Amino acid sequence: MTVTVTRSRPVDEFEGVVGRRRRVTDRLATVVMTFAFAIVLFPLLSVAWTVVEAGLERFDPAFFARNMELTLDELAAARAGETVGGAGHAVVGTLIVTGLAAVMSIPLGVLTAIYLVEYGRGKLARSITAMVDVMTGIPSIVAGLFAYALFVIFFGPGTRSGLAGAVALAVLMTPIVVRATEEMLRLVPDELREASYALGVPRWKTIVKVVIPTSIGGIVTGVTLAVARVIGETAPLLLTAGIADGLNLNPFSGRMTTLPVYTYRSYKFPSLPVEAYIDRAFAAALTLVLLVALLFAVARILATVLEPKGNG
Amino acid sequence: MTIEQSAREERQVRVSKVGDRVFLGLSRGAGVFILVTLAGVALFLFREALPALQADATEFRDSDTFLQYVGPLVFGTVLASVLAVVLAAPLAVAVALYLTHYAPKRLARTFGQFVDLLAAIPSVVFGLWGIAFLAPLLARHVYPVLHENFGWIPLFAGPVVPSGRSMLTAGIVLAVMILPLMTAISREAFSRTPRLHEEASLALGATRWEMIRQAVLPFGRSAVVSGTMLGLGRALGETMAVAMILSPADLFSVNLIGPENPNTIAANIALRFPEAQGLDVNRLLATGLVLFAVTLVVNLVARRIASGGAA
Repeated sequence: MTVTVTRSRPVDEFEGVVGRRRRVTDRLATVVMTFAFAIVLFPLLSVAWTVVEAGLERFDPAFFARNMELTLDELAAARAGETVGGAGHAVVGTLIVTGLAAVMSIPLGVLTAIYLVEYGRGKLARSITAMVDVMTGIPSIVAGLFAYALFVIFFGPGTRSGLAGAVALAVLMTPIVVRATEEMLRLVPDELREASYALGVPRWKTIVKVVIPTSIGGIVTGVTLAVARVIGETAPLLLTAGIADGLNLNPFSGRMTTLPVYTYRSYKFPSLPVEAYIDRAFAAALTLVLLVALLFAVARILATVLEPKGNG
Repeated sequence: MTIEQSAREERQVRVSKVGDRVFLGLSRGAGVFILVTLAGVALFLFREALPALQADATEFRDSDTFLQYVGPLVFGTVLASVLAVVLAAPLAVAVALYLTHYAPKRLARTFGQFVDLLAAIPSVVFGLWGIAFLAPLLARHVYPVLHENFGWIPLFAGPVVPSGRSMLTAGIVLAVMILPLMTAISREAFSRTPRLHEEASLALGATRWEMIRQAVLPFGRSAVVSGTMLGLGRALGETMAVAMILSPADLFSVNLIGPENPNTIAANIALRFPEAQGLDVNRLLATGLVLFAVTLVVNLVARRIASGGAA
């Protein structure tokens, strides 16, 4: 009894006198961390809330069915305060431009990653890796200028087209695809490759039948996330695809509106009535956010569905 | 072995050799294509920018030399990005520590996914939020207080712009945008702190905070620095948020809450490019090259730090 008392006393005193400062510091650190978390949570939740709340104002079927080529009747209705116009052309434009960018950068990125992981040794591989590194850091607006400078050569100054926009997005998307695929291919154990070689299977067949099927889940997920990353890019499309009032299905000629550019123009340079333009800007922003969220969900589902199975 | 059999085997070997060559050619071709296109495009960009660099100042409507033109823009770009990083870096580290060492596991995982999603939210959406929600809020409740109490610091000299569309607002929105990226990098590094280091520190009687200072922070330092640099690179090139929020002027000013703000390179391109013609286009392309060079250097430094620190 007495032993425990005499032993616990000094410890208590130690904590009470010397340790108070340390304990307070520790408590303070906990408070600061939690507080920081709360501070960060606020703007992030607020972004989501603002977009959903203001976006629902015009999130109706007409918004997706109509574009901004307003008829005289509609203009009159708009002045009377009715809701007119929409972003159907921008949704289609976004799908076309992003789709084209994906068609360009997915094969290019995946093949490059295969080269880097399966074949690449030496100078060429090193310079490709370095170039991909550089590409990852390109500001999106510079990617837009790249694409513009490229298309000026073929079509002269002032050119705008959906294809130019797709090229700009491909410049941004390719390095993401390369990185994601590379990472997944490197995860495939060398034993699998060696087992295949030992059975006399040639290298390319090993890649196509063993390496890629093993890593396909990760690759598809990475590619989907890459699409999500570029689908909301505004700046490069502003410079290359431009903006038009009506639907344009031909990516090879003429301006093509996309959702991000539509959002930007509607808010920054509205016509009358201003309110209608702002409502449409938010509805377009909400559409974009939903598209990104959808792509995230798809990526997650694909990752589980395509996971390599032990048997089969 | 019959003749037929050996002939078939030979054919198979030949087929597989051809397949190998084709496949190697394809994949190497893709790599080379990336190299060539990028080099080519960089060259074209330079070619398009050159006329503006060679032109005489009098050929432009504002008769600025290129340095006069790009100077305030570089200043504005650096100011906005440094502001963003200064605001975001401590928060990112604190949140990363909270998620790895304080928060309940479930909360950490849920929030982690939320942050990943936020990193992919288009910048135009952040811009919209900044101008429609944040700017009026700050102009009404925060900037007047800053101006009254700290007006003697040139940063808050004011007068407060009623719309809230000032440099500080742009910096805050940029900070919010780079937070997910920076948090993710720090969190990754902190969560990989060797368990033994942490337990050794705790066993010696350290409190949780002391353990973090002794074991976690030293381990994650290089990741934090390189994450900060990557955030800086992102902020430098970020266009839309700034283009939507700032009402720019062509000047140098450190007044963060006033009505006249220097623009950033990227936002200036986004604002002027759609309507620009002739030499102005070339000049905007030239400023784009400057931005590219700056971000390239920042990113290279970040990568150097990351790889040097890991070893």
